Amino acid sequence: MDSLNDFLWAYQDLIYGLGTNAILALSMYAVLQLNQLSLGQAAFMGVGAYVGALLSLHTGLPFALVLAAAAAVPAALALLIGGPSLRLSGVHLAIATIGLGEVLRVAYVNTPALGGAMGLSGIPERAGFAAIYGLLAAVLAGLVLAARSKIGRACEAIREDEDAARAMGIDVTAYKIAWLAVSAALAGLAGALNAHYSSFIGPGEYGFDTAVSILSFAILGGIATPFGPVAGAVVLTALPEVLRPLHDFRLVVNGLIIVGVVLFLPRGLLGFRMRRTGGLSGPARGATRRV
Amino acid sequence: MSPPLAAPLLAADGLTRSFQGLVAVDGLSFQVAPHTIHALIGPNGAGKTTLFNLVSGLLPPSGGSLHFQGRDITGLGAHRRAALGMGRTFQNLRMFGGMTVLENVLTGRHARLPATWLATLLRLPAARAEERAAIARAEALLARVGLAGQAGRPAGELSYGEQRRLEIARALAGEPALLLLDEPAAGMNPTETAELAALLRQLAAERRTILLVEHDMGFVMGLCDRVTVLNFGRRIAEGTPAEVRADPAVVDAYLGARVARRLMAAAEGAA
Repeated sequence: MDSLNDFLWAYQDLIYGLGTNAILALSMYAVLQLNQLSLGQAAFMGVGAYVGALLSLHTGLPFALVLAAAAAVPAALALLIGGPSLRLSGVHLAIATIGLGEVLRVAYVNTPALGGAMGLSGIPERAGFAAIYGLLAAVLAGLVLAARSKIGRACEAIREDEDAARAMGIDVTAYKIAWLAVSAALAGLAGALNAHYSSFIGPGEYGFDTAVSILSFAILGGIATPFGPVAGAVVLTALPEVLRPLHDFRLVVNGLIIVGVVLFLPRGLLGFRMRRTGGLSGPARGATRRV
Repeated sequence: MSPPLAAPLLAADGLTRSFQGLVAVDGLSFQVAPHTIHALIGPNGAGKTTLFNLVSGLLPPSGGSLHFQGRDITGLGAHRRAALGMGRTFQNLRMFGGMTVLENVLTGRHARLPATWLATLLRLPAARAEERAAIARAEALLARVGLAGQAGRPAGELSYGEQRRLEIARALAGEPALLLLDEPAAGMNPTETAELAALLRQLAAERRTILLVEHDMGFVMGLCDRVTVLNFGRRIAEGTPAEVRADPAVVDAYLGARVARRLMAAAEGAA
């Protein structure tokens, strides 16, 4: 146990970062699985981080309730901003969310109660291995159960052909709204977890580059199943550490690996389809295409 | 022309749809009697596919109203109409190509799977029973359209004719009272067309109503109880196939256009 503890202590930030980045990647998957692109994931993460940090700093709420609030507030914000754009198709959600991070950054910097440019520090370290990986496991299990059910079937139908899905009786708009809320809630949850182990958050951490990182987790891993984004987050988070012996060439190799995956594995690292009960019954058993 | 006796299953009244000034469907009124096979025909660009999208709810109308089973559905979205009992196919095949054949049919049953999302996620007994029943029904429908052995294949790998039949099975999976078929015989060989006609006759005998758009005149004339002829988004004739065939307006618009095309082609060939 001692050696494990030493390992956890030495690599604590990396291990915790793997977990929260995996949750962020799943938040991206939640919208990408419907062909919706949100560029506001980092912003939702930031809202969750600030809500969680403020509640922990100024109230005596139990950590579970702090996390619940940190998930609920960004979900409500997402519905306010993204909801109207979801009635339209195409890139409207991306456009509606692209400026969100920047607007919020300016708001954080200019609000003394939010710590201004200095950010918030002294956040109690309430998030540990159990909380982070327990929540990741719960989120992953929920998304896998959804993907394997008629919900996942409807999502895949929407991804393939929205109009045909509508004609099959699928309420496409309701699906988009519900998954956007789930997506923002997961990003907020990850943000709050992150704030509660790094003990400091600043206004500059939730900008466009963070949004692109989160997007690249999901794209690299593939969005055919929830496992892909988790794999993508693990690889992209661990890679800079693994490549540390390369010193200055680290970022070059890191970049080359990402470009290579995108070029040669367009469906991502884990591009196989979700096994679904309905797809495997009777004569269908074992015949599902595995890519 | 004798008016339909029963209360219409579907009634369009003054239905209009324009696209930036181009009026694709222009004040169209027609009724589909229950348990009949009703065809919409007309030259290319007559507004048939636009009308189908208006009826199935994929396009909102610019004006007019639609009633289905006596209920005003003008403002209802496509998914609500599917739940009320409309199923449709598409002119240019719109399969979910990456999904299996069986999953495609199960997706068509979405509106008939009432289990809540929570029951579905937790796999409560009711949700599992619902899914099992849906699979049994989907397999029966696949057998009916001759795709029993293909259930586990990706839909995108099926041949063209098979995909046409899969689309019909997928539409039937929603147990529609009104089946909307957009050029169901397009690209089929004569044997496949005859099989399709037999299937549609069976469905009508089972008290389903079918509204179809078709180019194959032989197919329409031999199969349908009633024909509505469109040209430039307007109804120019309606009646039994025999009545429509004898209508001078139809001969002028429909066959006239065809004769004109043939003459153009001949002129180009000579040049």
